[in-house]
Amino acid sequence: MNDVIIIGSGPAGLSAAITCANKGLNVLIIDEYLKPGGRLLGQLYEEPDGTWWNGINESAKLYEEALNKDVQFLMNTPVHNIEKAKDGWVIYTEDNTFNTNHLLLATGAAESPIPVPGWTLPGVMSVGAAQVMTNVHRVKPGEKGVIIGVNVLSAAIAMELKLADVDLACLTLPWNNQLTEEAAQPRKVMESLLHVSHMAPSPLVRTGSKFMKNDFMKKLGITFYPKKGVKMWDIPIQLRKAVIEIYGNNQVEGVTLATIDTNGEVIKGSEEHIACDFVCIAGGLYPLTELAAVAGCPFYLIEELGGYVPLHNTRMETALKGLYVAGNITGIEGAKVAAAQGVTAGLSIAKDSGVNGLESEIKKSIQSIERMRENAYIQFHSDVAKGKRILQDQWKEYKASTETVFL
Amino acid sequence: MNRRILDHPILGKAKEDNYVSFTFNHQSYKGLKNEPLAAALLANGVRTLRYHEESGSCRGIYCNIGHCFECRVTVNGKQAERACLTPLQDGMVIESNEKLPTPVKDWSAEHE
Repeated sequence: MNDVIIIGSGPAGLSAAITCANKGLNVLIIDEYLKPGGRLLGQLYEEPDGTWWNGINESAKLYEEALNKDVQFLMNTPVHNIEKAKDGWVIYTEDNTFNTNHLLLATGAAESPIPVPGWTLPGVMSVGAAQVMTNVHRVKPGEKGVIIGVNVLSAAIAMELKLADVDLACLTLPWNNQLTEEAAQPRKVMESLLHVSHMAPSPLVRTGSKFMKNDFMKKLGITFYPKKGVKMWDIPIQLRKAVIEIYGNNQVEGVTLATIDTNGEVIKGSEEHIACDFVCIAGGLYPLTELAAVAGCPFYLIEELGGYVPLHNTRMETALKGLYVAGNITGIEGAKVAAAQGVTAGLSIAKDSGVNGLESEIKKSIQSIERMRENAYIQFHSDVAKGKRILQDQWKEYKASTETVFL
Repeated sequence: MNRRILDHPILGKAKEDNYVSFTFNHQSYKGLKNEPLAAALLANGVRTLRYHEESGSCRGIYCNIGHCFECRVTVNGKQAERACLTPLQDGMVIESNEKLPTPVKDWSAEHE
């Protein structure tokens, strides 16, 4: 039996494994993917100091360190259920059942799709799919693409595709319907783009963002936003156009693009066809929480964190004994925050396993998560710190209510 | 058609070159050992991985990391394996499912 089992080998899971192993615990990591690293594998961007953050190298470094500390890995192995036993947890995979007293869920995030007519055609994929195909497997997702959805993730991946010499016709908005909500409204998208402006070498977007700090200016910015769009890394970004259909006979052959007004409504007669052989849908990320749900964790919906998150405290403990969480299952943030959360979770597990004298180390690690968050280069939601405060208030309320019950 | 990115300005030259043979719907292809089936097929220009059970329409990868199950194929006789998660091995036999017979009559028009 392992002292601790970790589900997920992304930055959170790997960092937690290394931390636990450093404290003398025996660790098993289970992951359904072929390689360790999780979403970190696909990441590739230039840091403000001019060095490159290369997700493949960062993943390999963490993996090597974990192997050197005798962490065991079980890759290519989906976990389909977890169950609370009399003491500890049972983890079910196709071939085996595992038991442990300490289980860490570091399952990461999944991408929200955006419904667009034609989205089931081969050649339509999530923007993360194109990233993994390009950077990890080194296969071009196609010759020429269109990205639907303008946000932090799609802007970063557009640049990565460009680096790999994959041609992009444009980044543009989805058609405004009941399900696309704010992602289809130029004004809302412009607001969310203001906090990625530092990533944009395009002078219009960069200098433009300084002038759009108040709502009136944002409205003006959209109204005067040039109809032919602006360019970021030489890729046209169309905030006044939307994809109303993806077409093709058995696979993607193009998209129908229409001009939209400032509220996202299609202007009739403005439709045009853009030929392409792949389309990326960028609907943003949400925490991947199914295993926490089957375990019976209480949940809370926090938009700032990307969706429903299992209640947990700053020490990464859930409301269930012996069950911990770290990384994007706790809210959508970057890999460095996830890794810092993994360290805290690892220390909490070590303490609960009987390792003494960890209290000050745990406190420092929690401060380090906050520091990482403040200094994050890419923020998926501008109010993530607020989301974390809401979560802590909910945790306190939950704890207070359950304690009353047992009095 | 070769879609492989052999040289990359930041990631450098591709290191893997261990090509193995496999079949997809009885046609022979080559791909890199241990790369996901989805990558091997896309590198060969194959986008359609299966046909929808009811409508028969073409489907390919969507999320590429195991979440959506859109890329399910039959591998060496085992059904519903995710092409994006399955590492390619020499001699693998991969097949698409076909549209299933749907003997149930659609009554919806009479109930509108």
